[in-house]
Amino acid sequence: MDWSYDPAPESREIANLKPSYQLFVDGRFTDGGSEPTKSVDPATEEVLAEVGTASESDVDTAVQAARRAYDRVWSRMPGAERAKYLFRIARIVQQRARELAVLESLDNGKPIRESRDVDVPAAAAQLFHHAGWADKLGYAGHGPDPRPLGVAGAVIGWNFPLLTAAAKIGPALACGNTVVLKPAETTPLTALVLAEICQQAQLPPGVVNVLPGGGGVGAALVAHPGVDKVAFTGCTEVGKQIQRTLAGTGRRLTLELGGKGANIAFDDAPIDQAVEGIVNGAFVNQGRARCDRLLVQESIADELLDRLRARAAALRVGDPLDRNTDVGAINSRDRLERITQLADAGDAEGAQRWTSPCPLPQRGFFFAPTVFTDVSPAMRIAREEIFGPVLAVLTFRTPEEAVAKANNTPYGLSAGIWTEKGSRSLWVAQRLRAGVVWANTYNRFDPTAPFGGYQESGLGREGGREGLAAYLAVDDDGGRR
Amino acid sequence: MPSRIAVPKTYKLYLGGEFGRSESGRSYPVTDPRGRFLANAAQASRKDARDAVVAARRAFGPWWGATAYNRGQVLLRVAEVMEGRREQFATELAAAEGWALRRAPAMVDAAIDRWVWYAGWTDKIATVFGAANPVAGPYFCLTIPEPTGVVAVLAPQTSSLLGLVSVLAPVIAAGNTAVVVASQNRPLPAVTLSEVLATSDVPSGVVNVLTGRTAELAPWLAAHDDVNALDLCGAPAAIRADLEATAAGTVKRVRSAPAAEPDWTRPPDTGRLRSFVEAKTVWHPVGT
Repeated sequence: MDWSYDPAPESREIANLKPSYQLFVDGRFTDGGSEPTKSVDPATEEVLAEVGTASESDVDTAVQAARRAYDRVWSRMPGAERAKYLFRIARIVQQRARELAVLESLDNGKPIRESRDVDVPAAAAQLFHHAGWADKLGYAGHGPDPRPLGVAGAVIGWNFPLLTAAAKIGPALACGNTVVLKPAETTPLTALVLAEICQQAQLPPGVVNVLPGGGGVGAALVAHPGVDKVAFTGCTEVGKQIQRTLAGTGRRLTLELGGKGANIAFDDAPIDQAVEGIVNGAFVNQGRARCDRLLVQESIADELLDRLRARAAALRVGDPLDRNTDVGAINSRDRLERITQLADAGDAEGAQRWTSPCPLPQRGFFFAPTVFTDVSPAMRIAREEIFGPVLAVLTFRTPEEAVAKANNTPYGLSAGIWTEKGSRSLWVAQRLRAGVVWANTYNRFDPTAPFGGYQESGLGREGGREGLAAYLAVDDDGGRR
Repeated sequence: MPSRIAVPKTYKLYLGGEFGRSESGRSYPVTDPRGRFLANAAQASRKDARDAVVAARRAFGPWWGATAYNRGQVLLRVAEVMEGRREQFATELAAAEGWALRRAPAMVDAAIDRWVWYAGWTDKIATVFGAANPVAGPYFCLTIPEPTGVVAVLAPQTSSLLGLVSVLAPVIAAGNTAVVVASQNRPLPAVTLSEVLATSDVPSGVVNVLTGRTAELAPWLAAHDDVNALDLCGAPAAIRADLEATAAGTVKRVRSAPAAEPDWTRPPDTGRLRSFVEAKTVWHPVGT
C-alpha cells in the first residue's frame, strides 16, 4: 500500500499578493527614498513583490510623524480609547488571518501549518492582551501613574515577522507610545499588511509607521535622537552594537537576541513526548527559541537517538504552502550558507553527522534535518547559534553535569527539561540560567508569559506585566532599563 | 602631651571575606573635605578587581540558593550590628563628609533603617514582581524573578554611608553578589561597613569592597565577562558613556547614573530591586 501524501497546498491567491509594496508613514503609503528591493520566496527563489525601502530622510520623516502623533493625539488619549483601537486591530488580524498566514509562509518560508496555527493567532493574541492593559496600567505594579516614553523605534527579525511586530506594537501602543517599525529586509510583507490593518482600524496617522529596508535603515532609526526607546529582535552581534550606540544617551533599550538553548532529557523522561518536543524545538519551529542542543542522559542516549532519528526522518521538507509540510524553506540564501558552513565545521571537528534521507525540492533554500552526535562542548556546533534544522547532541551522567553543560554558554534564552520526576524538574529549572524554561513541553509562547533572555540573549522581557516595564517611564532615583 | 596615644586603624580592601592590602601595594591618602589628612586607604588594582569578581562569583550560588527568609535575617543582622557601632559610624561619617558631629547620627540611623527596609524585601520580591501567567492552554506557567548574578556597584561619590547602603542593600537583598567600588574621596565609612558585614552573618564574597580610583577600576569591571550587571551611580560623568559602551560587550544590565546624586534620605522605591533581577518563565503541561 502506498502511504505517501498527496500535496495539499494552500492557494497562493489567498495572500492577495500585490506587485509592489510601499512604506507606511504618517498614515499613508508612500514611495521610499531608496532603491526598492525585491522580496523573494525562499521556497522557489522567485520574486514575490517589489518593496519600497526607506532612506535616511524617510526615517526622519517617520520619527517626526510619530512624535507629532504622540504629542497631539496618542499620549493624550485616555487609555480606554487606546484600548479600543488595539482591540480593533486585533480583530482585523483575526479576520484576515488566512491571508496573513499564507503571505507569511510565502515571504518567510515557514510551513503554512506553523504560520496558520502559531504566528498569526499569536500575533492577534499579543494585540488583544495588550489592548486590555491600556486603561489598567496603574495596576501593573510600575507605580500608580506610569507614563509613556514617547516614540519607540522597533527593529525586528525575520523568524516571526508578524508576531514580533505585534509583540512590539501591542505593548508600545497600550502604554501610550507611538511606533516606527523596521521589519527585516527579507520579510517585510506581513508588517506592511499590518500597517494596512492599522489604516482600516482608523488608527490616527503617525501612531504606527513601517519602514522596510536593510540594516542601514535599522541603524539610522536606532541612532535617531527623536527615538526615546529602542526595541530590537535579532542577532546578538547587532544587539551589542545597538547597546553601544545608545550608551550614554539615557534612551531606553530592550533586546531579544540569540540563544543556544538546550533540551535536557533524563533517563525517566516521557520518551515519546520528549522526542516530539526535541523534534519540535530543533527542526519544526523556525526558531524564535530554537533549541539546537540536546543533552541526553547517557543511559538512554542510544534509545532516544534511535527514536529521534526515526521521527526526524519522517518529517516532510518542502513547499511551505503544503499543509503536510513539517519543515519549510530556510529564509534566505545567506542563512542557508551559514547553516551549511556550521554543519561542515561539525564534520571537520569530528562530530558524527546524520542527515534525514527525506527528498528535498530542486529549487529554493532547503536544508534536511541533521543530527550531530559525539559532540564536545568546545565544538562550534555546540557553541554558536545555528538557526537551522541542525541538532547537536551531548551526553551527561548526573543532573549537576547536565545543568553545568546547559549553562555553559554566554546566552540564556531558553531550555527544556524532560523528566517525569517533579522535584528533579523543578531543581533543574531553578538552576538553568535561561529566561524561559519548558518542562515536558517545548516552544510555548503566550502574551501573558514574559519572554526574553538572560545574559547575552537579551535585555528586558516581552509579555505580561514584566513586558510593560519596557514601554513605561518609571519614577526612580536613577533611570531604569 | 596627650595622656594616651591613639591607635589608628589601617583601612583595607574587603575581598572574599578577608581584609587585605592591595596586591599592588599601593595606598592613597584620604582627607576630609577641607583637606585634613584622615588616613591612608588601599588603592585597589585591576588584579584586586578581578579577584573581587572571582570571590563574588563563588559566593553567588550559595547566596542565591539560600532561602529568602534566611537572606532577610542576614540583612537584618547587618542593621543590628551597625546599631551597636552607631557612634563609631557617626564620628567617621562626620569626618569623611566634613559635617558637624551632631548631624551625623541621623544619617547613620537612616542607613541602618535602610538595611531594615531591604531586609523585609527579600521574601516579597517574588510575590510582588513574579506572576502566575494565565496562558491560553493547559499549562501551569509561572514567572519568577531571579538575581541577575554578579553586580558591580560604583558607589555614590558624595554620600559615603547612606548612599552606599542605598545602592548595595537592594543588590544583595535580591540575591545578587556585589563588587563595590567605594566613594573615591570618602572611602573610610565603606571600610567600616565591611567590618560590620564581616562580623554579621553575610557570607564571604557576597559583598566585596574596593577602595581606590573609580575611573581606574570601573572599566575593568564594565568589561569583565563574569560581571552580569553594572550600577553606574557613582561613575565620573566623563566616563559614563564609555562604561556603558564597554558593558555592551557582554550585554550587561546597566543602571545608568542619575543626573545628580539623589537625596538618599527620601524613602526608597522598588526601582533598584527591579534593576538587578531577571524574570524566568517556567512552563509545565497540565494533564492526567
